[in-house]
Amino acid sequence: MEKSTTELVHQILTHYQNDREALVEILREMSQKLTYLSQETLAVVADALRLPYSHVYSVASFYSMLNLEPRGRHVIKFCQDAPCHVAGGREIWQTLERELGIPFGATTPDGTWTLLTTSCIGACSVGPVMMVDDEIYGNLTPDRVREILAQVGGGL
Amino acid sequence: MIRATILVSGDPQSLGRGAEDVKLAIEAELSFYGLENEIEVGFGGGTARTEMLPTVSIYPEGVVYGPVKPADGAFIVEEHLYKGRVVEHLLVPSDALVSGHLAPLPAGKEGKRYAEKRVVLRRVGVIDPYNIEDYVAHDGYFALGQALSTMTPAQVMNVVRESGLQGRGGAGFPTGTKWSFVANRPEEVRYVVCNADESEPGTFKDRMILEGDPHAVLEGMALAGYAVGAHEGWIYIRGEYVLSKERLEQAIHQAEELGVLGDDIMGSGFSFHIHVHAGAGAYICGEETALLESMEGKRGIPRIRPPYPTVYGYHGMPTVVNNVETLANVPPIVLNGAAWYRTLGTKRSPGTKLYSVMGDVNVTGLIEVPMGITLREVVDIYAGGMKAGKTFKCAQTGGSSGSIIPPDFLDTPMDYASMAEKGAGLGSGALLICGEDTCIVDLASVLLRFFKTESCGKCTPCRMGTTRLLETFDRLRVGQGKVEDLAVLESVAQNMFKTSFCGLGQAAPTPVLTALRFFRDEIAAHLDGHCPAGVCPMHTVSEAPKTRHKYIS
Repeated sequence: MEKSTTELVHQILTHYQNDREALVEILREMSQKLTYLSQETLAVVADALRLPYSHVYSVASFYSMLNLEPRGRHVIKFCQDAPCHVAGGREIWQTLERELGIPFGATTPDGTWTLLTTSCIGACSVGPVMMVDDEIYGNLTPDRVREILAQVGGGL
Repeated sequence: MIRATILVSGDPQSLGRGAEDVKLAIEAELSFYGLENEIEVGFGGGTARTEMLPTVSIYPEGVVYGPVKPADGAFIVEEHLYKGRVVEHLLVPSDALVSGHLAPLPAGKEGKRYAEKRVVLRRVGVIDPYNIEDYVAHDGYFALGQALSTMTPAQVMNVVRESGLQGRGGAGFPTGTKWSFVANRPEEVRYVVCNADESEPGTFKDRMILEGDPHAVLEGMALAGYAVGAHEGWIYIRGEYVLSKERLEQAIHQAEELGVLGDDIMGSGFSFHIHVHAGAGAYICGEETALLESMEGKRGIPRIRPPYPTVYGYHGMPTVVNNVETLANVPPIVLNGAAWYRTLGTKRSPGTKLYSVMGDVNVTGLIEVPMGITLREVVDIYAGGMKAGKTFKCAQTGGSSGSIIPPDFLDTPMDYASMAEKGAGLGSGALLICGEDTCIVDLASVLLRFFKTESCGKCTPCRMGTTRLLETFDRLRVGQGKVEDLAVLESVAQNMFKTSFCGLGQAAPTPVLTALRFFRDEIAAHLDGHCPAGVCPMHTVSEAPKTRHKYIS
């Protein structure tokens, strides 16, 4: 593990005072700041909290906001639930797969985009909706999707 | 000296429509005119129907503009605040406003009904959620002060019980009764938990309360704590609600500074502390026992019930678990009394209900109406009718785990008891309205894909049932259904309903069971390779999207 990563991991553990009850929050913060939870990270957490590695892994693999794999620089989360579907979600789904050339769940070879689905993000009245990193985009149309991809992807 | 306050609607829908840029434009324009020291700018909740967002409200005049673009924002500053002229063409028409005023509506069977009778949402969009003084100025913490100074805990509990308030998370359990279970326990340590894990697809009512009026939830929790003898409260908020969490934490901080939360509240000797615990993305954590497991740092897997959380809850201690909307109802009940609350809604289900309205209607968004209004009234009056050229085919009430109901239900009063009598549920208050071009089979497969992903895997009926149901519907979608499929759907769904371990597995087959009951012919038509709505990709290779599940990646 890199030195900066180790430091960050310990910093977060100290912040939560090695509290086992805060395991979900600890892992979430690490997942966010490190972009994903490596086996090494999980092992350090297990050690610090005096929990079996299996327990830490079981929690890490349970919650959808905890990543166990590296992701692209930008993460798209497309809402796949019924309200967005009824509002024309299928077309947006197909546009995203076609434009990025990857299926849902995958990362583009250049490491720019990761395409994921998400459950409802509570913005149903402006469906179909997707999140790009932390931003919510609503009232999507295929043209609007292409615009957003160009805007966000071209900014780097 | 601050002479005016500008509130830009800051709910995520407004943010998605550029509210942040509007606020920036206003701020820039204010400093251009040198007004930044006499006019303050902040984010508020939405004050108008969705299509009018983002709105800009100017107080004390109470003028509401919308929908506002950044350029409009600058223009409003120049005209309204610098030159003192109202910008007529940007005003939100009064019928699109959802303010605290009651406007008599022409329609309604009982002669006169009221538009959006607001109890829970009365402050949302009217106050600045970041400012506790705004909350106090609108009767905030009055109920708590009244309870602590003039009422015993038992009296508080009785008011809530007599009001007839029912849990707004979906099940409709009487709140006062739940509280009394905890109050009567011998254990001294008790907890109040606010379930803010709002994950039911199509439901965004709790988020609106948390973001628009966070103190209402805190006050409701403190009242619950006083009534049941708890001194610690937890808000379990879903991980995706970043903004709600931020506003809650700020609100708790301000309330503690003001002495309306924390030790020895208002000198009464009663202490109550509230903590926020964020989830990390799991639908199942909305189930109360799974929520408690998650709070203890474990996988969010449900516990066996009974014992219910009222007996064995957080850390094994008696725990009240209430939904956000339920708790937000408590302060007005304590302040105005049970008799007042019973003047709202129906006899069997008093009070108001929040509905998030979506789908093929002209106006989508959140409404607060008295319990017992009909679906037809919601569609025709509040939602502005069906979209042009569409006719009502079905509605799904209560989110993805809700019933799919046909047009026969349009005139059934929507309250817990009346809906249950007709074999449907009210659930979380999501109303998905579908036109005739919606295919039931296609809709069902979307719903089931959600449940298959979110099933925690603990019990077989749910884990395998969601998978079998989805497979069957996906086959029907592509015209490869088998004759026995209808019977298979029926029996798998019934088994899930009867034998699943927790509420998720028991509720997941609801759309399937109701679809089989009300739309059997349409499902059967797919067996002959025909999709009446013309939606399903018949006779093609399955295009079922492959979501890679992380456990098997």
